Amino acid sequence: MAERILSGSEVVLQALADQGVEVVFGYPGGAVLPLYDEIFKQNRIRHVLVRHEQAAVHAAEGYARSTGKVGVVLVTSGPGATNAVTGLTDALMDSIPVVCLTGQVPTHLIGNDAFQEADTTGITRPCTKHNYLVKNPDKLARTMHEAFHVASSGRPGPVVIDLPKDILVGKAPYLEPGQVQHRTYNPVVKGERSQIEEAMEMLASAKKPILYCGGGVINSGTQACKLLTEFTRMIGAPITLTLMGLGAYPASDKQYLGMVGMHGTYESNMSMHDCDVMVAIGARFDDRVTGNLDFFAPNSQKIQIDIDQSSINKNVPVDIGIVGDVGHVLEDMIKIWKAKQYKIEANALDSWWKEIEGWRSKRCLSYKQSKDVIKPQHVIRSIHAATRDRKTYITTDVGQHQMWAAQHFGFEHPYEWMTSGGLGTMGYGMPAALGVQVAHPDATVVCFTGDASIMMNIQECATMTQYRLPIKTVILNNRYMGMVRQWQQLLHGSRYSESYSETLPDFVKLSEAFGFTGLTCDKPADLDDAIKKMLEIDGPVILDVAVDDKENCYPMIPSGKPHNEMLLAQDTSGDEAIDSDEGMVLV
Amino acid sequence: MKETEISKHTISVLVDNESGVLARVIGLFSGRGYNIESLTVAEVDANAHQSRITVVTSGTPMVIEQIKAQLSRLVPVHKVSDLTLAGPSVERELALVKVIASGEKRVESLRIADIFKARAVDATNDSFVYEIIGSPEKIDAFIKLMEPLGLSEISRTGVAAISRGTLTM
Repeated sequence: MAERILSGSEVVLQALADQGVEVVFGYPGGAVLPLYDEIFKQNRIRHVLVRHEQAAVHAAEGYARSTGKVGVVLVTSGPGATNAVTGLTDALMDSIPVVCLTGQVPTHLIGNDAFQEADTTGITRPCTKHNYLVKNPDKLARTMHEAFHVASSGRPGPVVIDLPKDILVGKAPYLEPGQVQHRTYNPVVKGERSQIEEAMEMLASAKKPILYCGGGVINSGTQACKLLTEFTRMIGAPITLTLMGLGAYPASDKQYLGMVGMHGTYESNMSMHDCDVMVAIGARFDDRVTGNLDFFAPNSQKIQIDIDQSSINKNVPVDIGIVGDVGHVLEDMIKIWKAKQYKIEANALDSWWKEIEGWRSKRCLSYKQSKDVIKPQHVIRSIHAATRDRKTYITTDVGQHQMWAAQHFGFEHPYEWMTSGGLGTMGYGMPAALGVQVAHPDATVVCFTGDASIMMNIQECATMTQYRLPIKTVILNNRYMGMVRQWQQLLHGSRYSESYSETLPDFVKLSEAFGFTGLTCDKPADLDDAIKKMLEIDGPVILDVAVDDKENCYPMIPSGKPHNEMLLAQDTSGDEAIDSDEGMVLV
Repeated sequence: MKETEISKHTISVLVDNESGVLARVIGLFSGRGYNIESLTVAEVDANAHQSRITVVTSGTPMVIEQIKAQLSRLVPVHKVSDLTLAGPSVERELALVKVIASGEKRVESLRIADIFKARAVDATNDSFVYEIIGSPEKIDAFIKLMEPLGLSEISRTGVAAISRGTLTM
């Protein structure tokens, strides 16, 4: 096929179009002017103008997580690129496929401390899955296609392409995606058959099995989630999900134990602690999940399935580690289980479930309702109830409200839950919601946030207005950085150092200033009406809910404690201090 | 081997010879707190633009497994091989050792160099530069003996290694 010679900018836009990109989240600047000129001249690819580059990456993450496609970001050199670093790190930690195009000064100026120059590939090397600096126009098209391949295959992640301005202005040949073959990066997707057989034999012999599943299942796709549900129902074992895995298995199902980990359910953590065979599927034994590693599931054999070999045996040694795509491996697991007619011994499974029901009966997520003050958990539950009949996507910021949303909003399907899990980035929620709403213009998108988190990317209100994105932002306003306050109360003698929100804006006036509706609510009796009103308004809304400022997020595994030493709300009526020096050292 | 026992491993990594690849490897070690005891890199296939990196590192078996898995998932990495586990291997290093001395010490340094099959590659009335090739242990031993004899500067290449016999990467 004859090569087509285009301008560098045309090559970039053509490659995006050929990769099926519909929308780019970005912010212009000097080094990327040629690209913005090209965007102006075409109408295949939509550009969404954010108000800060960090938000561009979070928006692309929201887009990617709610669609399963690659999110695309376009920012300028220097500060544009450095502002994107938090978003890139967030995408790396949560394995979200993002391609981020950064402008760069012309090649002859690189290294000269030119205006708006930064060593973008140097800075982003540890916070991307891979990055490129394109110095040769012949490699531009190949690099574009390769970046999408790297971002979306294997364990997904962010990829940066640094584009010097002279490359964008000069001529470059175009290659179609089909003409590019990657030399080294071809991750294994099919799991080793003999290992899967061995794993199924181990699972079939279990008396107290548990499935522990994470974001890897969702990254593997909707089909993998279906297979997970099929497999779980077939074997009859309990299943727990990580923060990143919520939605991979229907929350309303009776085999579902709720979330695992620091703020997971009592039944889920106790089952993890007492199980004899654990199957970790697309989950990486994060410290927020395992608690104290020395006491983690002490009497269990462990099977781990992950597409990333470096996730296996990283924190917790496992008995069988299967490298492969969760979807493929689950397919084989189901086949083998059926072919061998395996069945977990009924009596054993029965008494295991009885034990679990005992833990369940603690009703660890219960909270005391009040007539005078709104309980934050109640806000989440009320919105869940009010949106049940709609296609709803949830994003959150980071802190107490995030954990309450994870605990109390039942997720039935994958792709509907967007939260910053690994990095814990305050300011994630609203920009992520932008990306979700752009991808699903007719769906209901709710961003749960806190009074502190929302201030971290508040400028994105302007983006909401500009694109008429009808996002419903719900502030659980307790006038504190709630999770910081909770830790200070429990671990630092109630010395609330700098965690009080001394001056908050009037969120109603703020909403109006940005051109949309602001609502407030501070009485439990008014909450349902306020939610109804919010959902009925055809446009962006910020609903500022004054919630109980003393409420702590329970249950909780204090840092450094094992799973079976959870704090429950009913046991901690006085919220007494945790006496633990080790706990204070840990994050 | 005990899970907590720290052992030394020589790992060979075949990579695309492109800019930034060494930074990726080094960044991985520093970012995750792994040791680098020695590191060498040079192009080994000019047509395929491939370089070979030899890293000597140490850690528990779990850490060594992590290092290999982390290296393997870098995009420009073609192959990772643990020479220490793969079987017997040959390890060689070259060192240039400057000795400044006169009189008996100067003569003694020449005698020892002779025993170690080190060559004097530069000589003045007051100094020698010896070139010595061998295993890192042999070079360590040579340097130790030179210490009282006017040792004043050392330059070492780091380890290059390859499997013995017909085994290849």
